[in-house]
Amino acid sequence: MGDFVSPAGWAIAMVQALLFMLGAPLLAGWVKRIKSRLQNRRGPGLLQPYRDLYKLFGKEALVAHSASPLFRAAPYIVFGSTLIAVAVIPLLAVSLPTAAVADMIVLVGFLALARFFLALAGMDVGTAFGGMGASREMLVSALAEPAMLMAVFTLAMSAHSTNLSSVIQFNLDAGLVLRPSFMFALLGLILVAMAETGRIPVDNPATHLELTMLHEAMILEYSGRHLALMEWAAQLKFMLYGVLIANLFFPWGIATQLSLPALALGLLSIITKLMLLGLLVAVAETVLAKMRLFRAPQYLNLAFLLTLLGLFSHVILETSA
Amino acid sequence: MNLSQLPLLEQAIFVLAALVVLTSFSQLAQTRLTASIHSFAWQGAMVAMVTVLVATASGIPHLYLSALLTLSLKSLLIPWMLHRLVRRLNMEREVETISHPALMVLAGTGLVIFSYWVALPIERLELAATRNVVAVSLSVVLLGLWMMVARRRVVAQVLGFMSMENGLFLAAVASTRGMPLVVELGVAFDVLVAAVLFGVFFFHISESIDSLDVDRLNRLTSLDVKDHQAREETS
Amino acid sequence: MTSPAFVPLAITVFTPLLGMGLLAVVRTLSLAGWLNLGLVIIEFSASLVLAYDVAQGGEFIAHSFHIDAFNVYLVVLTTFVGLTTAIFSRPYMVEVCEQGHITSRRMRLYHSMFQGFQFTMLLALTTDNLGILWVAVEGATLVTVLLVSLYRTPESVEAAWKYFILCGVGIALALFGTVLVYFAAQQVLSDPEQGLTWSTLYTQAANLDLAVMRIAFVFLIVGYGTKVGLVPMHFWLPDAHSEGPTPVSAVLSGLLLNVALYAVVRFKMLTDGALADSLSPNTAGYLMMAFGLVSFSVAVLSLQRQRDIKRMFSYSSIEHMGLMTFAFGIGGPLATFAALLHMLVHSLTKSAIFVTVGHASHIAGTQSIEHIRGLIRTQPGVGWGLLLGVAAIAGFPPFGIFTSEFLILSATMQLWPWLTLLLLIGLVVAFAGLFRNLHPMVYGAIPDGQVPVKANMFPVVVHLFLVLWLGLAIPAFLSSWLDEVTRLISGKGLL
Repeated sequence: MGDFVSPAGWAIAMVQALLFMLGAPLLAGWVKRIKSRLQNRRGPGLLQPYRDLYKLFGKEALVAHSASPLFRAAPYIVFGSTLIAVAVIPLLAVSLPTAAVADMIVLVGFLALARFFLALAGMDVGTAFGGMGASREMLVSALAEPAMLMAVFTLAMSAHSTNLSSVIQFNLDAGLVLRPSFMFALLGLILVAMAETGRIPVDNPATHLELTMLHEAMILEYSGRHLALMEWAAQLKFMLYGVLIANLFFPWGIATQLSLPALALGLLSIITKLMLLGLLVAVAETVLAKMRLFRAPQYLNLAFLLTLLGLFSHVILETSA
Repeated sequence: MNLSQLPLLEQAIFVLAALVVLTSFSQLAQTRLTASIHSFAWQGAMVAMVTVLVATASGIPHLYLSALLTLSLKSLLIPWMLHRLVRRLNMEREVETISHPALMVLAGTGLVIFSYWVALPIERLELAATRNVVAVSLSVVLLGLWMMVARRRVVAQVLGFMSMENGLFLAAVASTRGMPLVVELGVAFDVLVAAVLFGVFFFHISESIDSLDVDRLNRLTSLDVKDHQAREETS
Repeated sequence: MTSPAFVPLAITVFTPLLGMGLLAVVRTLSLAGWLNLGLVIIEFSASLVLAYDVAQGGEFIAHSFHIDAFNVYLVVLTTFVGLTTAIFSRPYMVEVCEQGHITSRRMRLYHSMFQGFQFTMLLALTTDNLGILWVAVEGATLVTVLLVSLYRTPESVEAAWKYFILCGVGIALALFGTVLVYFAAQQVLSDPEQGLTWSTLYTQAANLDLAVMRIAFVFLIVGYGTKVGLVPMHFWLPDAHSEGPTPVSAVLSGLLLNVALYAVVRFKMLTDGALADSLSPNTAGYLMMAFGLVSFSVAVLSLQRQRDIKRMFSYSSIEHMGLMTFAFGIGGPLATFAALLHMLVHSLTKSAIFVTVGHASHIAGTQSIEHIRGLIRTQPGVGWGLLLGVAAIAGFPPFGIFTSEFLILSATMQLWPWLTLLLLIGLVVAFAGLFRNLHPMVYGAIPDGQVPVKANMFPVVVHLFLVLWLGLAIPAFLSSWLDEVTRLISGKGLL
């Protein structure tokens, strides 16, 4: 990590953050495209999310009379904390200067901060749907967070650190090792990711029916640049989880040195992994149906059980006395 | 001993053992009987796979035969028999109301921790790998036991019993490289006969008590028994 | 391999296997009854020859059979009780069939399973392989499940189901214990395949890993203890013993419990050898004492509340098995000798009682204690049989149970004086409970329309006579035999 605390390292870190910002809408568009193809539609173009964001930034932001200053501030806070969270995740290279902050629990904290303000914003205007969306979102995340933390702990117990880049480095060094704990943590994390990013089977991102909304209900009142920021933050969150799963569990290809070929390889590998993950998400969304909200606790209990079993597998099977 | 220092085969055995525990949990919390039977079939298949891996790793040929036996018996024959029974007794659509599935699963995780604690003293350095699988197989046994205790349908109790046998087989295979073939044949025969008897009993129970809910099996309570004569009067 | 002993061994163990197959196809009921009887006579004679061979030639190990003084004694007992029960069952089951409780088709199942039951028990007793022991005990469970549910009444089906599930669970735990023992053996034996044979294990007992053997014994005592009827795994016993046909109740109480206890004692011998040099060498013994004492106490108390006569005597079985387990747990020559004697006399007495009870419930038309009255006047044979039987099982001198209970109490007094008090109180309470129920049954006013039935009291007479004889004067060959078994189990002889 020594030679990375250098101007080159910082430059790469900023490039990473930019890639995240710019790549998130592309990933969302990719998923949507595949979904439409699977449903025998032509679907919107790959670059449609960019056009949507551009359009929204240009429009007037209407704010209700009953809105508090929190309502105006929330989009910036949400986008800001998601961006910070995203900026520290290793995308291309493992040991960047930002890696020192890339603690998994800190990450969970940033996401919780974003979620908190999102929920507050939903309740702020006083509409029924906003409150409903906020309470549903809180239900889902209250149950998902223990599972996520369990997965984090399972990974940390093997790698002896909660720092993201340490874990990725550990996985890279270990080579091909079949760990039951990682397998369970992966499964649990996938389930949690589907819940937290508002995908089927927990939430339908393309729904128009307010009674079935979770995430959209909270941002129903937003318009213009506020809405753009919220949408972008959601896309960033989706990419965040995708990169997390891809790089934590399948870290091969990520750059360990700051040379151009290594970085290029890192870029290529992450793009491939994200494309694959996007494909899987699209297929899952097409195949599965959205669950009733009352079944969401069962789904999240399953995620918790999986991650708990991962922890048990680690303690029972992978450590000696 | 570090996991990464073990050969790939042993790692795969651990992965499969962990998956077996997962199938135990899924049998425990499933309300639909056909889904439970499928989980059980998967469990049998995974135990058979563990047997094949152990056979490859240790070079004991009769384990291949045991694997084949387990696969055909636990993964194909017995689930098929149970399916047939479920269909004949019109239980396919029935959903058993488990009062608190989350509590059942939580108790199950408690049992996993307990079996780990029980198996802790078995710790010799070169046997450390074995201790882990002993703990896992004991937890499968206890989870099967818990399923028999906590579920109300007779078919679920049978599944619990059979998954206990799966756990025992896993213990035998992974820790002792399988028992002598004669013993394993005997055990398999016993399991088969037991399965057949279970099937016979389902019919009798459903005929005589008109339900396969074990809560209704309550004519003989442990201390007081209704008068034989009273029974004769009513029957 | 001493070939003279192998032939009677093979005949004893494999005749019932053949019989099982044969009786499954014989259609005529009367022929089946006689055939069953004939087969049991063959088995009994063969076991006597085997016992003689072992007495002359000593321990015999061959082809994964292992006969020493301990199990040959139980083998003879098993075939003997099987013989007397078969003599009883032949006319009894014909009567039952005529009364319409059971079709003649299912009688084939009965006779075939009777032989099957004998086979599994004899195999369990004589095998040298722990795994085969397990398979045989599980096989005995499966066979008896069919026998208990023979009448297909809702109660018997429920009893058989409970029996199946509870004993199935117990047996599964016993298998886990067996696997652990095999695991411990594999670490120390040069030929790991031998890890399941008693003979090899005994010689290597001191080298077996302590922790593993301790855990294994816990599983084994819980597992096989379920089949012995130890509390708290006993819930299947009263139901199973009271719902089957009378001959089945007799053999279940008299024989199967003994076989399970035999398994527990064998494993105790092994565990004691393994733990001999450890910090807690008596773990196995203490566990057995604890289970035995708890079973004894709970059974004695539960006895009082029973209203069904067969259930009452089933609890009496639990009480006595608890007492035996306790005595084996104490260890030492006196207690072991007493427990072995108790195994013998209890089998004989309990099977005799169940036969008598079968007749009594036949006379009264019910198994409810309240409704059985005036037996001694209606049919003196049955009445006296019941009276003497209960006197025997309650521990009256000069019956044999008095002798064995006295010896157990002496042993307890030597080592655990305070527990003697508990045992004495328990015995008195049991005695009171049995007699309180017995008195009106035997001496009460005869209900209207009660007539004597065709009763075969032959096995009862023989068993009670034997128990009386053993109480008055144990023959020298038997006491030296038991002494040898005591030496085998506890390391020192009594006499």
